[in-house]
Amino acid sequence: MPTILVVEDSPTMRQLISFAMKRVPDSKVIEATDGVDALKKLSAEKVDLILADINMPVMDGLKLVSLVRGNPELKDIPVIIITTEGAEEDKKRALSIGANDYLPKPIQTQELIKLVNNYIG
Amino acid sequence: MKSHDEFLQMFRKGEEFTKELLKENEKLRYRLAEAEETLKQTSDDAKVKLYEDRIKLLDDELTSLKERYKEVEAENKDFATKYVEVEEENNNLANLYVASYQLHSTLDFEEVLKIVIEIVINLIGAEKFSIMIMDEKTNELISVKSEGIYDTEIPSVALGQGIIGRVSKEGDSYFAEEISYSDEIDFEKPMVCIPLKIKEHVIGVIVIYSLLIQKEKFTNVDFELFNLLAGHAATAIFSSRLYTQSERKLTTIQGFLQLLKDKPA
Repeated sequence: MPTILVVEDSPTMRQLISFAMKRVPDSKVIEATDGVDALKKLSAEKVDLILADINMPVMDGLKLVSLVRGNPELKDIPVIIITTEGAEEDKKRALSIGANDYLPKPIQTQELIKLVNNYIG
Repeated sequence: MKSHDEFLQMFRKGEEFTKELLKENEKLRYRLAEAEETLKQTSDDAKVKLYEDRIKLLDDELTSLKERYKEVEAENKDFATKYVEVEEENNNLANLYVASYQLHSTLDFEEVLKIVIEIVINLIGAEKFSIMIMDEKTNELISVKSEGIYDTEIPSVALGQGIIGRVSKEGDSYFAEEISYSDEIDFEKPMVCIPLKIKEHVIGVIVIYSLLIQKEKFTNVDFELFNLLAGHAATAIFSSRLYTQSERKLTTIQGFLQLLKDKPA
């Protein structure tokens, strides 16, 4: 069963993404409130996909991506960035750091599910 | 001599008869050949007729199958469209459910405002906006929480004044005809203004001045969310404010009671 880690500081958004992930067959969702919390969850459990926001307290999403890519045990986990930053340069920056995909908010649930299925389907 | 002539005559008659027989035989052969030919011809025609009938039948069947195929294809397209619509509706309902669930998940006024902000940013895609609450004493709308702009920058609005004042007075949502992405904010010309209503009583408004760059237009779910916010956010804000105020009063009263208890006799 693939495990999806949702990293998002907003409880509303976290719940929304987790709710949407129920539509991905046979998947399990775990949640983290920021980058540091995400790293804790990653060390405790095998994760198949990370969905992360950029703007978060304590540790933002971009820092999280660079740490994940720098860790030999985690470097192959696909990361999709979900953010309000919709400018092209933000997208380029996130992809250059190592994110696999970039989805600007407000998210279209169907688009998100389709994207997630590309990585774990 | 007579018998010789008679014999010759008889012989000639016999010859003539034989010739006639031969002619007749030839005629009969010709007729037989003709009859055989006709028979053969008739049989081919019958076969052709049979084949023609079968071809027509198959043609009809093919036309019918083509029509059925078209119908099935149209049905398929219809199902696919309906499936997408149902999926979209499901997603929209999920968004509305989460928004509503979050709005009523707390009685803390500040937390409720934060949730409204999260919904407006994450689900609607607004960049600069404000939540304004009606001051019942002065009949003025005052910004209590904002995103992308400082509360202090946002001028208070009198009931009935301008677009925002009119929305709060009449209770009808306002949507600008065009979405603009200007950095400059004209506080008197918002893009969207949603009344926060408890039944017909307006307790405040949500005013959106600009949208995120990637938000190109409002969708159906945005309008559903606006409707939800108009009702549910209003109830959540109103009840949390009352709860917070009563909590404060209770603390004050308890403080007084403690003071009275502690007062030396």
